[in-house]
Order: sequence, then C-alpha cells, then structure tokens
Amino acid sequence: MFVLVEMVDTVRIPPWDFHKQLNVAIAEELNKKLANKVVYKVGLCICLYDITKLEDSYIFPGDGASHTKVHFRYVVFHPFLEEILVGKIKYCSQEGVYESLQQPAKFDEAEQVWLWEYETDEGAHDLYMDQGEEIRFRVADEVFIDTSPTGPAAAATDTPAQPGQSTAPPPEDSGEKKEAPYTLIGTICEPGLGLLSWWNN
Amino acid sequence: MEVKNARAAMLSNYEVFKLLTDLKEQRKDSGKNKHSIGQQNLNTIMYETLKYLSKTPCSRQSPEIVKEFLNTMMPHKLTKAEKLMLLNHRPQTAVEIQLLVEESEERLSEEQIEELIQIVSDALPGDPEQENADAEMEVAGEQS
Repeated sequence: MFVLVEMVDTVRIPPWDFHKQLNVAIAEELNKKLANKVVYKVGLCICLYDITKLEDSYIFPGDGASHTKVHFRYVVFHPFLEEILVGKIKYCSQEGVYESLQQPAKFDEAEQVWLWEYETDEGAHDLYMDQGEEIRFRVADEVFIDTSPTGPAAAATDTPAQPGQSTAPPPEDSGEKKEAPYTLIGTICEPGLGLLSWWNN
Repeated sequence: MEVKNARAAMLSNYEVFKLLTDLKEQRKDSGKNKHSIGQQNLNTIMYETLKYLSKTPCSRQSPEIVKEFLNTMMPHKLTKAEKLMLLNHRPQTAVEIQLLVEESEERLSEEQIEELIQIVSDALPGDPEQENADAEMEVAGEQS
C-alpha cells in the first residue's frame, strides 16, 4: 500500500527560520510542500521518511533565504496493481439498479476525502452495499490526472517522462471542475471481494 | 523537484503506522507551530492515515512479530508482495488466502493453505474484541 520514493529537491529556508536546526527546518519545509498532496504518476505523499543527503546551502543575490539541495525519501501511498485493499463505502450512486457481476467500483481519492462510488448491485444475489460498510477490492487500474493550472494558449500535456514536476494544487484556487488528481479503479468480481460481511460468516 | 526512484522500497502498514505515531509524539512535544497554515496538510493526512491504520491488524504488530512472521514464511516460497499483503491483512479463511496469493490452487495444496492460516493466526496478534466475540458465540453454540 505504501512505498518509499527517493526524491531530490532544492529547499528554500527563509531567514526567519535560520535559528532552527537545518534538518528540522528542511523537514518542515518538505512536509509543508508535499504532505497530503498527489504527485503526478507517483501517488499521495504522506510524510517524510528520512533525509539521505544534504548538499551545500547557497544564498543568492536579491534573496535572503538559503537554498539547499536535499536528497530524501518520502512515504507515499501508491498501491501496486492487483493489490487487495479494504475501504469503506462513503456513498453510492444509483443504488438499486440491478446489473451483472462484472461492474467495477470506483474509488475516488480527492485531497482530503476517501470517497467510494459504486454504481450497481450484484444481480444474482440481493446483496446491498450499504454506506459505511467495509469493502475488500483488488486494484485494477490507477488514473493520474494532472490538475495543475493550464496556460491560456494550450492545454498542459504532461508526458510520463516528467514525473513529479507538478504537484496538484488545492482545489480552491482553480475555477474549473474539481477532478480527483488520483483515482483507483477497483474490482470486486472475484470470490472473497466485496463487502466484508458477505464472506465473514 | 525530481523523482529519483518511484519505488525504492515497499513499506508494510506497520512501518508507516509506527512512523506516524512517532512523528505525532515528536510534534506533541515541540508544541508551538502545529496549527500554522503550512502544517495543516500534514496534520490532516496524519490524522486520516492513523485513523485508518489503527483499525487494521498492523496496529497490534511489533518489529519482533514481523521478523518472526517473515522467518516462518520463508520456506513457503511466496513473493514479497504476497507476504506483504498477508502481513497487512491477516487472512483467516481459505478464501482470503486464495485471493491474496496468485494461482494458489496450483502452488499450494489444501494442507499448505491451512498451514498458512495457522501461521498467520499464531504469529500475528488478532483483534481481541473479535476473538472475545467468537469465543462467546462458541460458548453459546455449545450451550444451546
């Protein structure tokens, strides 16, 4: 479910933080920048694991802050394909529609909210997936949407060769439709998957 | 910012749980700046993750338990991902094992599956409330 991601970044420490120990100040800045944010093609960043290397700090003319290149490892939520996860149903849409067993459920992960959105019931048995119930599912696919603001001329086309260069901005400052930057598509059409209560008697 | 290695290592739920509880202790001690705007995100993600993880079996594990579990798992020839999932989920039925282990019908016989269930429930501590409820149900079953 969680992986360690090795990253390199230049951290800016403003002068009013110079009294802090460098490690502490850098850890704070990194967490401020990355915690609870989705990095494109990498996953949802949780917290700093450790700092592996600190290079020299430089001060540039015109800016009183120090800039330090930091190599560090970050704990990121990024389930691998075929992993089994347990989640909770937050809400379901179109409840009560009967359809075949092959319908996948969608797991939307916005910045602060774990959303469960499922569309159909199992047709064969009258098993309802009520809100608040825990569900076991297998990760079938993941979708990263680049939600960085686009320029006026062209839409942003982020290729997979540029991972990590855009962190998703908080939804408040984009006037466009709120899209989840990271979505997991799961499947429950296998024995053992679906509501935990279906299998635990 | 550059990502050097997007999958440097896999972490078990227990490791993340321990890291977050230690971080929480540290922040509680340092006191002052928890509520500044910059730290809100970290607070939120820590709270949500800890809330989720404390309900999973990982909250009752320790480094020794994990080490012992992995040692007993060695002869069974499971992949790293499968052992990680067993550690995180603590399956108690054959259906769950078949789900977590790929092609379990071909790789594992029924006795081996039973053995795995046994190892898992011995090595990894379970939910004391659930075990009490099970014990009560058994007693009720015997009495009726």
